[in-house]
Amino acid sequence: MQIILFHLMPYADLDLEAGRKNGTVWVRLPNRHFDPEKGHRLYNRYLDELEHAERLGFDAVSVNEHHQTAYGLMPSPIVTASALARRTQRVRIAILGSALPLREHPLMVAEEHAMIDVISGGRLISGFVRGIGAEYHTFGVNPTFSHERFHEAHDLIVRAWTEPGPFPFQGKHYNVQYVNLWPRPYQKPHPPIWIPSQGSKETIDWASHPDRRYTYLQTFSPARVVQRYLKLYRDTCSGYGYEAQDSQLGWAVPVYVANTDEEARREAKPHFEAFRNVFVKMPLEMLLPPGYTSRESLKNVMKAKAQMFGDVTIDQAVELGLFVCGSGKTVLKAFEGYWNDMRFGNLLVLCQFGTLPAELTRKNMEFFAREVMPRLKPL
Amino acid sequence: MKFTDGFIEVDGCRTHLRRGGSGQPLLYLHGASGAPAIMPFMEQLAARFDVLVPEHPGYGLSDEPEWLENIHDAAYFYLDFLKRLNLQKAVLVGSSMGGWMALEMAVRDTSRIKSLVLVGPAGISAPGVQPADIFLMPPEEVIRSLFDDPRLAEQRLAEPATPESLDIALKNRHTTARLAWEPRLHDPFLPKWLHRIDVPVKIIWGAEDRILPVAFTKEFSRLMPKAEIHIIAGCGHLPQLEKPDAFCEIVCR
Repeated sequence: MQIILFHLMPYADLDLEAGRKNGTVWVRLPNRHFDPEKGHRLYNRYLDELEHAERLGFDAVSVNEHHQTAYGLMPSPIVTASALARRTQRVRIAILGSALPLREHPLMVAEEHAMIDVISGGRLISGFVRGIGAEYHTFGVNPTFSHERFHEAHDLIVRAWTEPGPFPFQGKHYNVQYVNLWPRPYQKPHPPIWIPSQGSKETIDWASHPDRRYTYLQTFSPARVVQRYLKLYRDTCSGYGYEAQDSQLGWAVPVYVANTDEEARREAKPHFEAFRNVFVKMPLEMLLPPGYTSRESLKNVMKAKAQMFGDVTIDQAVELGLFVCGSGKTVLKAFEGYWNDMRFGNLLVLCQFGTLPAELTRKNMEFFAREVMPRLKPL
Repeated sequence: MKFTDGFIEVDGCRTHLRRGGSGQPLLYLHGASGAPAIMPFMEQLAARFDVLVPEHPGYGLSDEPEWLENIHDAAYFYLDFLKRLNLQKAVLVGSSMGGWMALEMAVRDTSRIKSLVLVGPAGISAPGVQPADIFLMPPEEVIRSLFDDPRLAEQRLAEPATPESLDIALKNRHTTARLAWEPRLHDPFLPKWLHRIDVPVKIIWGAEDRILPVAFTKEFSRLMPKAEIHIIAGCGHLPQLEKPDAFCEIVCR
């Protein structure tokens, strides 16, 4: 199993009461709540944490893209991944992912990813996403064209990485007379492509297709939902006539490890609950603008609204498998159990979440690396 | 007044159409929330006009054609619709998004159009005036913002939702986003061609419109100096529902 340290880089100094009162920290939380001096300290602390992951033996570190929110301070994961490319030597660097439909021109994404791949000597893992619903509100990009922009941008990027240039690209959203990438990516034929998702049949059908076989990551979902979608991915591969490798499956989940179960819950509680009940929270209309998902999926979410949009305590989250928390022994046992059920070849652990401060984040990372990671890697 | 209720096919789109009354043709182009029922103002107009109430492609019981990708597609569709039914000298009455469609039709071809009545129309931007963000508001808040008289909103909210009405609401919302998400509720290139509209234009606006503020009338009168502007006091975004008598009087005048 590959173990990846995943970071969201939240604005951990957020005035939580302001976030709660606003109903969400996305789109409309006034940016006067962001203090650049605190931001300076946070960015450098978070980059230090990601760099420390290399010393602790993680296989990869991962960054992602979110816009105009206290949930994550990485509108450009390219910036953080670039910094990591120079400050690390061995770990892979995963961008999970670039939000293709939000970008004005996919060739810029192809170029930036290729640069990081070349600078890092082939350590890049590329991830592509559509961006979350809220970002269609912030950017004004039409969500009803999100899927087709995503697919066309993807096609252009992969062709730019793999086909000898110059060549013309004729699409509906993007038209380029001369596709001729300088630099070409370091890895052959191109960096691995991973697809993070909250769970969607359309995404699974597309990612698992024999032409692509992209690694599918289920992000921040209850364990039984993760299991359902990873099984759907395997079944879809069988339907295509091939057997999925474990390396095609991944799970991204927040984790907290301490000396004892009691200590872990006590230390993580306020920070996890801030993450789940303040940083993640947004109204349905913001999360799922029209066309972002199929109307069937939208109706299913509306039915589950109370459960999805209500507050969750740490105990409920652990029970649901939304959060893995406890002593090293407990966390190891939980992951071994989940692995037996799901056989994911990639585990992305979020060791900093919500307001979790620097010293607890370090402690968590070190406990996880010492007591859990070595026993999971051979799986 | 009895309205017939059926479907016609235009541009491969099976289109839901209600039609009633007699006289000069009057094509009613609904707004983002559709035209799910025959309303009293339609009955009143049917005493004077041959009233046609289609549901737009992508709305209500009409098909969702793949070709419908922007407001221009809707405009060409309705020009074909006029031709298909061989309507001559039609009065176009367009509310909100429907007003925008009427403008987009009329800059292209007025040969079958006698006049335009635009009711709180979308279609242009105005400096310093921001439409309500209908996509970020919860549906109940959108309904409350449609009317000046809160009782009308409460009546609308009290109507029981069925699985079918929920499906239609989501379908309407999807098509509205497809046509109007970005640029939001307007076409930046439309003002360049408004001078091509060579038929009489009346613009009706509720003074208390909380979806598209009445301040838009200032920009419309700058762009279309010959248009008659009628502002109705104590009225929200849908004068045809909130003040049907005053509304019909202006249409018929």
